[in-house]
Amino acid sequence: MKTTRLAMITATALLGSVALAACGSQESSSGASPSATETSSSSTAAASSSDASTADSSSAPAADVKYTPTCPGGSINGAGSSAQANAITQVINNYKTACKGKGQINYSISGSGAGVSAFIGKQIDWAGSDSALSADKGEVDKAKARCSANDAWHLPLAAGPIAVVFNVDGVTDLNLSSETLAGIFSGAITKWDDEAIKQENPNANLPSANISVFYRSDESGTTDNFTNYLNKAAGDVWTEEHSKQWKGTGKGADKSAGVSQAVKSTKDSISYVEWSYASKNNLSMAAIDNGNGPVKLTGESAGKAVSAAKVVGSGNNLQLDLQYKDTPAGVYPAVLVTYQIVCSKGLDAQKTALIKDFMSFYASSEQQNDIQKLGYAPLPGDVASKVLTAAQAIS
Amino acid sequence: MAEPNPGTDSQAVSAPADAPDPTGGATGPSKPRPSVRTKTPSRTGDRVFSGLSATVAVLMAVLVVVIFAFLVKSAIPALSANQANFFTTRTWSTDGDPIKFGIAALFWTTAISSVIALLIAVPLAIGIALFITQMAPRRLAGPVAFVVDLLAAVPSIIFGLWGSIVLAQAGFLEWIRSALIAVLGWIPIFSETPSWTDPSGTVFLASIVLAIMILPIITATSRDVMAQTPRDQIEASLALGATRWEVIKMAVLPHARSGIISGSMLGLGRALGETLAVTLILQQVSQMQLRRVFDPSIFTGGDTFASKIARDFPEALNDPQSLGALVASGLALFVITFFVNGAARMIAERGVKR
Repeated sequence: MKTTRLAMITATALLGSVALAACGSQESSSGASPSATETSSSSTAAASSSDASTADSSSAPAADVKYTPTCPGGSINGAGSSAQANAITQVINNYKTACKGKGQINYSISGSGAGVSAFIGKQIDWAGSDSALSADKGEVDKAKARCSANDAWHLPLAAGPIAVVFNVDGVTDLNLSSETLAGIFSGAITKWDDEAIKQENPNANLPSANISVFYRSDESGTTDNFTNYLNKAAGDVWTEEHSKQWKGTGKGADKSAGVSQAVKSTKDSISYVEWSYASKNNLSMAAIDNGNGPVKLTGESAGKAVSAAKVVGSGNNLQLDLQYKDTPAGVYPAVLVTYQIVCSKGLDAQKTALIKDFMSFYASSEQQNDIQKLGYAPLPGDVASKVLTAAQAIS
Repeated sequence: MAEPNPGTDSQAVSAPADAPDPTGGATGPSKPRPSVRTKTPSRTGDRVFSGLSATVAVLMAVLVVVIFAFLVKSAIPALSANQANFFTTRTWSTDGDPIKFGIAALFWTTAISSVIALLIAVPLAIGIALFITQMAPRRLAGPVAFVVDLLAAVPSIIFGLWGSIVLAQAGFLEWIRSALIAVLGWIPIFSETPSWTDPSGTVFLASIVLAIMILPIITATSRDVMAQTPRDQIEASLALGATRWEVIKMAVLPHARSGIISGSMLGLGRALGETLAVTLILQQVSQMQLRRVFDPSIFTGGDTFASKIARDFPEALNDPQSLGALVASGLALFVITFFVNGAARMIAERGVKR
């Protein structure tokens, strides 16, 4: 009798702890990925005051892409990239206003990888991803199977420049060439008063201190795109291929928020982070010299990078190949493009109608200009009109 | 249960006072029947109950085995594709081809942060428990115990945020850090590392927060055992002229030893597996530096098993190899905690025998 009772108590305790553990993990995962709607209001307010808005007037796209939503109603769910979180939240809110609440669009921030796998697993209707589907990993075929044997299309809808942020006392402007950047991030340049940095900044009062390099310790599309830029632009210094895992030197911090926080609180530090985080935290941003003079990060200079990109997908599949090396004067090279990955065909009629309407709305100049306040580069008119055509071709 | 008691029978709810005779066991709840029945009392309740508890117990064992099997199954493809030694490699690279990863650095960070947390927390916990059970007036003991227990209810994310934002900037930590480096810097564990010039993001900071997090568990178990110190032993010591410290040293602490140890082991288990707080606090050492040199100092950053998995999981989801590698590290953590618990049990049992 005694043993049975003991067994019962132990079992209950174990069961309880397992249940608790389950709760705990659930809690933590939902804590890490807040729903898009929750984060929207604060980020809008915080980002608007910064210098992200200064480029407003100069960068109106040449051709105005107009779209009036048809508001078919219904509900769609998307998930993925955190890089476009603020942008899509804003656009979803605008869409709701434009349609007077008709149509329910949800986007949860789970990270690009998780978004793509949820899309392939048919849990969501579209995915937001910072990198295109990889044919090598079989993602293209899997996505095709998910769309009932129709191609999945990439729609580039949010261009997020990656800012090189630094925190050095008394220095607000810094020009860095791609080679010097690669040197700093690969650990070849360790002091702020290194000859290479001095030469590019003759007027700056650089301290003789060690450079604290911070990087994103979680796997991220930002790291992937930034290392791609370093590798393409300064291949002889940064020899590693692009990857989501950081291969350079430095100290790791968690997510964009952690990196910004680390740079803000650490003297003599440097890192790379999405523009919106840089401006939200009032961090100083370096101008990048990619061979044709230093270029400051503005909506215009980053938008030009998207314009200059080659479309490598076929037809309406707008996969972009950004040009990282020898960019023309006035083009900011380190830009990340977030794709919406959608089924070209194969969703049910109502969802198709809403996705089509929402993506077209997202591509319109009005929305693209609106998200610039949040630290995104508006899509140039030519790219936006291609995206609009593609979105309209979804059936 | 030496005496046959009708209370064990689910059908008999009669008052225990009126049933000294086992034959009356099968009586109904309202009217005791006078008939003499030789049949033994029904044991349905017993059987149902023991069956249920046995099922739950077996299910639990099965669950542990299933979890283990899942870990092994998902880890094997990545482990067999791994081009580096899983146990001795410090770096972690799973997005290229071939994949190379190992748990040496993860293991070190996990172990050293937990051990330091224990070193800080156990003396504090014993002190608090002694204060509550032996020294404090009752008026004070209650509230103090309550507050310490309250610490256990603080969610780990709060500890993480507090540790990474507030405690990291605290001046006294920087002072402790410099003092440790100055005095014990010749020990590699306390040596200074060039690029980590303050406590923020270091294993040292994580250990301190972990220590605070495991304090309530250790305090609670120690307190419970100390409260059970036989009264007569304490009074005998006092009668022989022992001071209060001698009473604690000779009567209370020996009695409480196994409780303190098992509480510490529970705390160690929590420290080893603590995820969220550690993920928020720790900054990492880059792969490049890990490859170049092994730095055992607690004044650098790092990743524990749990924080590594938590950090990389979202992006690893659609890549079976990255996921497999993470699961393999999870398997290692599983095995380690298994052994820690086993050791705790052995030590506790030995303590009881003495």
